[in-house]
Amino acid sequence: MTTSSELLSVVASRELAGKRTVFAGIGLPTLAASLAHLTVAPDLEIVYESGVCGAHPSHLPETIADAVLITGAEAVLPMPALFGNVLQGGHIDVGFLGAAQIDRWGNLNSSVIGGWADPAVRLPGPGGAMEVMANSGEVFVVMRRHDPRSFVAELDFCTSPGPDRALADGIRPLGAGVTRVITDLGILARSGVGEPLRLVAVHPGVTVDRVREATGWPLEVDGEPATIEPPAAAELRRLREEVDPGRVYLR
Amino acid sequence: MADAVAAFVHDGDTVALEGFTHLIPTAAGHEIIRQGRRDLTVVRMTADIVVDQLLAGGCVRKLVSSFVGNSSAGSLGELRRRIERADPEPLEFEEYSHYGMICRYLAGAQRLPFYPLRSYAGSDLPSVNPGLRKVRSPYEDEQVYVVPPVNPDVTIVHAQRADRSGNTQVWGLTGIQAEAVYAAKKAVVVVEEVVDDDVIRRDPNRTLIPAHAVDAVVACPRGAHPSFAQGYYDRDNAFYRGWSAISADPVRLRDWLAEWVLGTRDHTEYVAKLGERYWADLAVDEAMSLPVNYGRRR
Repeated sequence: MTTSSELLSVVASRELAGKRTVFAGIGLPTLAASLAHLTVAPDLEIVYESGVCGAHPSHLPETIADAVLITGAEAVLPMPALFGNVLQGGHIDVGFLGAAQIDRWGNLNSSVIGGWADPAVRLPGPGGAMEVMANSGEVFVVMRRHDPRSFVAELDFCTSPGPDRALADGIRPLGAGVTRVITDLGILARSGVGEPLRLVAVHPGVTVDRVREATGWPLEVDGEPATIEPPAAAELRRLREEVDPGRVYLR
Repeated sequence: MADAVAAFVHDGDTVALEGFTHLIPTAAGHEIIRQGRRDLTVVRMTADIVVDQLLAGGCVRKLVSSFVGNSSAGSLGELRRRIERADPEPLEFEEYSHYGMICRYLAGAQRLPFYPLRSYAGSDLPSVNPGLRKVRSPYEDEQVYVVPPVNPDVTIVHAQRADRSGNTQVWGLTGIQAEAVYAAKKAVVVVEEVVDDDVIRRDPNRTLIPAHAVDAVVACPRGAHPSFAQGYYDRDNAFYRGWSAISADPVRLRDWLAEWVLGTRDHTEYVAKLGERYWADLAVDEAMSLPVNYGRRR
């Protein structure tokens, strides 16, 4: 039995094939990047927001600043260097982000549900997500829940804007913004500025209508969406036995 | 610690506490609570457990931050009650991104009027934070957002070691501590150990903050708990996971403060109250670096 966390980690890891540098947050992005490192992207350099570049942890990290990420790392940079030189300097191929809400252009909300000044729910806020969005070559988003509350027509608040919103504000960002959204129903994709997210692939047994119902905007579909190959036994074994044997994130 | 907080932290001050997951100056935060400071503006990139505790201690009027959460382990109960329900009173909140906060410290440290960055374009943050402004480049036909400097009345950071005059060495994650210290009017460094001058001088590249930027050095072993000090003790992940439940209930949170902060005379008592078996679980094995050869002229 493959769990949702395992499915998302494996599918996200495949998207990293051939990539050189990935900016990973903790949780599913860490699992996906670590698995990709063992499978489709052996030369992958994993960069963490805390300043760690080229992490080689002995144990699965529990935070983006876990001590196990420092011991054995290739470099540990101060924050002005990490955000200024590495991110703003354009050295990250893929940024991994999560969010409470996403819209059809790949803009993200991680600040509040409700109004900013009187929120119904106060979320953690921007952190470095805004900088990852603006400066990574492209951004992958992994969403645990594909439902109309998360995939919304209008964000309650735009924390991390994609390039369309940045351009409307008169500033050209470095990157293409969100290009892939991986969920437990399928994969949405867009190629860059001016493009909305479209459904390009579904998991076995998931219908296009079901994804449309779970998406809070009129979802465009790219022809007949592909069917995603289920996680292979070898992928699941490496994920369970080598990446997260303590089941820290795998549920 | 008691003397340093009494001398350098006053009611109404702007206090920066930095340390990015690593070396969080928790013991200093606890002493601020014990001494009953009020109306503070707290500046901290990652407002986490120590900020939740300062809020519950009634010390904070305003928070300046770029991330408010219990790391990846859950929520900050007191912070959410203050922001979502103004319970027990409203909290003034100024929100930036991480690099926005970094650039505020860089501008503050360099006494510049602003600092430009490739962020905020298209975000809703400028609509709720008037400190975020868009300016035209004086060189190209190009616009860019800028952030204002921050110059805290005092910055407090935790570090592995310093000499008696304040030369401070940090290894592992070095975060934003040096810039936060230089941005401040006064700076207090809390360290795991005060070492002989010779220890510092044998490895000057490891000095993150030179003595000229430091106004006080406080020796406070294990003063970063529940965060960690690379090479000294590990992060107390169980404490982080447990905090969400403690802080979700205001009564339980105030009981925790009464027992662990107000009920202990100082950090030495807090450390002893946890007990040596507790600390043994956070012990780390050695992973020594090879020495480097600085050379010596013949």
